[in-house]
Amino acid sequence: MSNFWSAWIIILTSVFLVIQAWILFSNRKTPRINQDPDDPTTGHEFDGISELENPMPRWWFGLFVGTFVFGIGYLIVYPGMGSYQGLFGWTQVNQWEAAQEQADEKYGAVLAQYMEYSVEELVNNEAAQQTGSRLFANNCEVCHGPGGGGNYGFPNLSDDDWIWGGEPDQIVFTLNNGRVAAMPAWSAALGESGINDVTEHLLTFTGRSTDAEAAARGESQFGMFCAACHGADAKGNHLLGAPNLTDEIWLYGGSADSIKHTLRNGRAGVMPKFGDTLSEEQIHLLAGYVYGLSRQ
Amino acid sequence: MSTSHAATGPIDYSFKVVRYFSIMTVVWGIVGMAVGVLIAAQLYWPELNIGPYLHFGRLRPLHTNAVIFAFGGCALMATSFYVVQRTSQAKLFAEPLAWFVFWGWQAVILAAAITLPLGLTSSKEYAELEWPIDILITIVWVAYAVVFFGTILKRRVEHIYVANWFFGGFILTVAVLHIVNNLEMPISLFKSYSIYSGATDAMIQWWYGHNAVGFFLTAGFLGIMYYFVPKQAERPVYSYRLSVVHFWALVGIYIWAGPHHLHYTALPDWAQSLGMVMSLILLAPSWGGMINGVMTLSGAWHKLRTDPTLRFLVVSLSFYGMSTFEGPMMAIKTVNALSHYTDWTIGHVHSGALGWVAMVSIGALYHLIPRLYGMTEMYSKELINTHFWLATIGTVLYIASMWVNGITQGLMWRAFNEDGTLTYSFIDSVVASGPGYFVRFLGGALFLTGMLVMFYNMYRTIKMGTPADTGRLPATEAQAA
Repeated sequence: MSNFWSAWIIILTSVFLVIQAWILFSNRKTPRINQDPDDPTTGHEFDGISELENPMPRWWFGLFVGTFVFGIGYLIVYPGMGSYQGLFGWTQVNQWEAAQEQADEKYGAVLAQYMEYSVEELVNNEAAQQTGSRLFANNCEVCHGPGGGGNYGFPNLSDDDWIWGGEPDQIVFTLNNGRVAAMPAWSAALGESGINDVTEHLLTFTGRSTDAEAAARGESQFGMFCAACHGADAKGNHLLGAPNLTDEIWLYGGSADSIKHTLRNGRAGVMPKFGDTLSEEQIHLLAGYVYGLSRQ
Repeated sequence: MSTSHAATGPIDYSFKVVRYFSIMTVVWGIVGMAVGVLIAAQLYWPELNIGPYLHFGRLRPLHTNAVIFAFGGCALMATSFYVVQRTSQAKLFAEPLAWFVFWGWQAVILAAAITLPLGLTSSKEYAELEWPIDILITIVWVAYAVVFFGTILKRRVEHIYVANWFFGGFILTVAVLHIVNNLEMPISLFKSYSIYSGATDAMIQWWYGHNAVGFFLTAGFLGIMYYFVPKQAERPVYSYRLSVVHFWALVGIYIWAGPHHLHYTALPDWAQSLGMVMSLILLAPSWGGMINGVMTLSGAWHKLRTDPTLRFLVVSLSFYGMSTFEGPMMAIKTVNALSHYTDWTIGHVHSGALGWVAMVSIGALYHLIPRLYGMTEMYSKELINTHFWLATIGTVLYIASMWVNGITQGLMWRAFNEDGTLTYSFIDSVVASGPGYFVRFLGGALFLTGMLVMFYNMYRTIKMGTPADTGRLPATEAQAA
């Protein structure tokens, strides 16, 4: 904050508070408006309503002064007056950091003990699984569902079909860095008939194709456009996050219509990164839990 | 001439527009609260979210706009047009313009009721309406200001009554708030983007949002209180001195309080602190209004036993005092860390909205409606009493359930296991809130039922009376009584 704006805030606030205090104190003891000592009202009348000349209640006056004093005290102790830092340099960021430090102290050792075990070993550690499941409930379930059962667009984590790989290192990497899948849109390159042909080809893997000629045309299109990521055998590639297209597991639906929609418009699945919000130990425990989900 | 009762002849007032606004207050109250009950039901029975147009996300802004601007707005326009005439002993300035305010405001409400369910929104809370409607609001509001201040200038008494200070402060400030927060760049007929972004946008939005509460829902309704409480109690206002001090303190300090909506966010620390300090200092000025209203009943307390209209007014002041104590407490950072983002906030808002704003309006209307039709009493006092209990029990159920829910949620979200993980996932706290959502629905339904009783009572009253457009000066009225 520049000195000008700091001064602006300080002056505006101070002048305002002084004016408010002046209004309060200047009305404390004032001569009566009505000169007639027997009339308790101001002498003004509005549609039959008159106003008494009672003073402000003392307890109310005291309350007002009390909040003023507290307010001024607060602005001395805490930041508020422009760039003035307050007596103890409090900021919301250092309050958060202190709380974080306290939490690390309190829970750090509890979590650190699990670093001695490998992700595979955590699967059989009941306490680790419990902590992992709690972390999962608060961070992952909103998309992947309870127990990692998956949702439309969010992979099932409890089966053994993995898009980015299900080995411990791959899971830890996914958790730390997130993943961005990029299935391009093919409607311009393939045209509607090409999309139909490729779809027919994909349906042959599960014996659902009804047009052998189209499927044959689709196979050559697949070789040209799709095999680079999904592989010549269409079994996918963990390095690129390209799913296996030969099984019955479909992230965005496996009906002919759904497949065509994906081919026409592409897909952009996003797994957020948790490396910044969860500690190394927490990621390790979470990996142990997720790893265990698919091995139950 | 302030004290003289020389002119004792009848004054020709413009009450027809007040009658229209009064009736629409009840109508929009029923509509807005019915939508509120529906969205409360949707939170308990999610299956009630039918299609895009009746989805919670679109109906919620419809509810807030309908109760604040349609119900609250009509109540303020009805009472301010009535009070400014009676206390100035003058007919409305530029009556045709007052009719433009009426029809213009109804058009704004209708446009809101159509565009919000269609999903047309600028996404600013309490300022969701798109730019063409924003412009219409501005024009209508300027006309409102011209009529109101024009009548003040025409007044036949020397001084300006305290109720009109509050109405005037509310009209001026809401104009500024509305224009500044809705500065936006249109890209099509129904879409615009705010000129603000990031933390600035958030700060402007809550400067607007909190002063919508402070000026629209507080200063304006204090104007109502300052006329209808002494009138219904037939007692003088307790302290003129208190009026002066708490008026200037209230309108001055409210403007600073907005940042308490943004504690522990990207808003700079200094702005958060100033917002919190000013919110705390706001306690006494707010209570000044409550004290001045409640103490006005000195010597008239026995009337509460027999006068349900006065009971509405006094209970509204109690809720006002309670929620203006709760507000500063919730503005304290440590309390806010627990209450923020929970149902406690919704409960707090409704202790103000139902307990204060709605009840003071209802009390005022029970005083006003018979007088607009040449009578002094509503068709049925018994029905006013029934309405009073429905409204009071409904409000208490609403607030209590949201306190329980809010504190439950706040505590669940910060509960840790011994391994440092959160004890509850978010959905656990939603499940725990279920019973509270049901009680809130019940409370809202009771309050709405009371409004239907009011509508019937109003209908019978209007059938009984004949429109009256002439009032008499105080002296004659006193003689007649």
